Amino acid sequence: MSGLELTDVVVEYERRGLPPVRAVAGASLDVQRGAIVGLVGESGCGKSTLARAAVGMVAPHSGTIRFEGQEVKPLTRGARPHDQVRLQMVFQNPFSSLNPRRRVGEQIGDALAVLGLASRSQRATRIAQLLGQVGLPEAAARGYPHQFSGGQRQRIAIARALAASPSVIVLDEPLASLDASAQAQIANLLVELARELELGLLLISHDLAIVRHVADTVAVMYLGRIAETAPARELWAKPLHPYSEALIGAVPHADGSGTMPEALPGEVPDPSRPPPGCRFHPRCSYAFDRCRSDEPALIGLAPARSAACWLQRPGAPLEAPSIQSASRLARPGAAQ
Amino acid sequence: MSLLDVDGLRVRLQTPDGAATVVDGIDYRVEPGEVFGIAGESGSGKTMSVLALMGLLPQAAAVEGRAVFDGQDLLRLPPSKLRRICGRELAMVFQDPMTSLHPMLSIGTQLTDHVRLHLGLGRRAAAELAVEALREVRIPDPESTLKAFPHQFSGGMRQRIAIAVALACRPKLLVADEPTTALDVTVQAGIIRLLDRLRNESGLTIVLITHDLGVLSSIADRVAVFYAGRVVETGRRPDILGHPRHPYTRGLLDALPHPEAAATPLIAIQGAPPTPRHVPPGCAFHPRCAYARPSCAEAIPPLVPVNGRALACPVDPLRTGAPS
Repeated sequence: MSGLELTDVVVEYERRGLPPVRAVAGASLDVQRGAIVGLVGESGCGKSTLARAAVGMVAPHSGTIRFEGQEVKPLTRGARPHDQVRLQMVFQNPFSSLNPRRRVGEQIGDALAVLGLASRSQRATRIAQLLGQVGLPEAAARGYPHQFSGGQRQRIAIARALAASPSVIVLDEPLASLDASAQAQIANLLVELARELELGLLLISHDLAIVRHVADTVAVMYLGRIAETAPARELWAKPLHPYSEALIGAVPHADGSGTMPEALPGEVPDPSRPPPGCRFHPRCSYAFDRCRSDEPALIGLAPARSAACWLQRPGAPLEAPSIQSASRLARPGAAQ
Repeated sequence: MSLLDVDGLRVRLQTPDGAATVVDGIDYRVEPGEVFGIAGESGSGKTMSVLALMGLLPQAAAVEGRAVFDGQDLLRLPPSKLRRICGRELAMVFQDPMTSLHPMLSIGTQLTDHVRLHLGLGRRAAAELAVEALREVRIPDPESTLKAFPHQFSGGMRQRIAIAVALACRPKLLVADEPTTALDVTVQAGIIRLLDRLRNESGLTIVLITHDLGVLSSIADRVAVFYAGRVVETGRRPDILGHPRHPYTRGLLDALPHPEAAATPLIAIQGAPPTPRHVPPGCAFHPRCAYARPSCAEAIPPLVPVNGRALACPVDPLRTGAPS
């Protein structure tokens, strides 16, 4: 059965007296069971909004969100519809997503109790099992969140999401607030869980380097739209969209060599007034006339690879963006 | 002569559960014109060790040792004298420009108040200096920026403004505490390049505190790695980050996603760093260390010079080989 499918999702935030902010301006994503999909981009690109829309926390303006074939309805004050409990979410900050005044075991047990997934007598066993799955000892159930480190707290938050026996988990920056060693531990845990429990994971992150290690495929988002999707390694080896290239070039290398990361000029524009043409063109070093007037669509270029860039043409050999190809295309009468 | 010479710095904080030693005997020197990087995970005492220098710790904190900045021991200066140095000769940039800039004061006010106080300039002269400071950190249209408020800027621009505030009095030393942690990588790259340019063009000395070894690798000249309030390894950047010898430095580097490496999974250090109140005996890292020997649990290894670096590990795995 299919996992989580987002098709042409548009999310708008209304503002009093001002035009609405289109945080997600038509984005499609597909998270199958057992696959880890990374969603990366700068802050303000709409990735968190898309994650929230995916689990029904904000209502899309248009487009469809389907989970296991059923439409995901925006959450109301009532309980999550029963056919959607297998779609779970983990938040960035485990300091605020866990209740500081309740024991870890109780917080995990809540999910089991509410969903009727384990009888009272089985609950302790199931809690111990869930803690074991995230690499915590059984005794952790009796502790309070403040007794754990950031990485352990994130494990607890993941265990709580696992309590509902999910098939897909959306994780919004689950690694961002962690130190390097805890980050590596949680990253490895996510990969293990996805493989063992055949979970689909949608991993939202601003850190392309860690996503490359964790995700199978990566979607790069810019100003509410997907700029490129590719298998994680291929994206790193040969980015097809200038924005992906810029994100990769900005990652500093911890090898002691003293190489400077590449800065991307400019900033993410105001999403209520996106630039005409390609949304990235004001910051793109390859932009030519067409980029300023026509918006490129996300087109498939090779198996599992697509990009929304006028420099790429279907059927042409895959080439990283370059000044040469841009000037070739910019010539009047050049191949369209 | 070193611009900053920290010797035996020890900080004890009073917590509701009793005293905790958060910085436990730290020595380092910062030479004029260099970028000195302090690396380590949260709770390793990086920030506390520099807050102590500026007298920014809570009253109940007990600080020992010496911190000679430009010929004066900062830890023994009366508060009024310390205040004259901090902000003027010794300036700081914090992690989060959302909180370090005042939301209700214009950029102009925040850029000129301390300039007028420290340098005794008039309103107009201070404004001119502020415009220049903003130009130096590459803020477009500095004149109208002076009238604007922090919320009108993005995170990266705000951090540039915070750096301009710190540099307005032309300090000798800039302490930057996680200046890029709250920023996107693309913006981070711009801030790293900015700091590098300031160092090259105006001979600014920078103490850069960050948990991000990639950032240090781009810009630091020398690096000190902190663990549980102590320096475990320090030396020149290419040595420490290119050829780490302390198992902790090594572990931190191995845990990073490496752009060129094909390997998944990442190699994580097991366990979590200790809290200041429960630091293990002996080498604080030994419970997490793959190379630990029984002797590691007994005595705290001193930081000793080894081939141009200083290392607090008697096992020195690179010399002795793989874990036994």
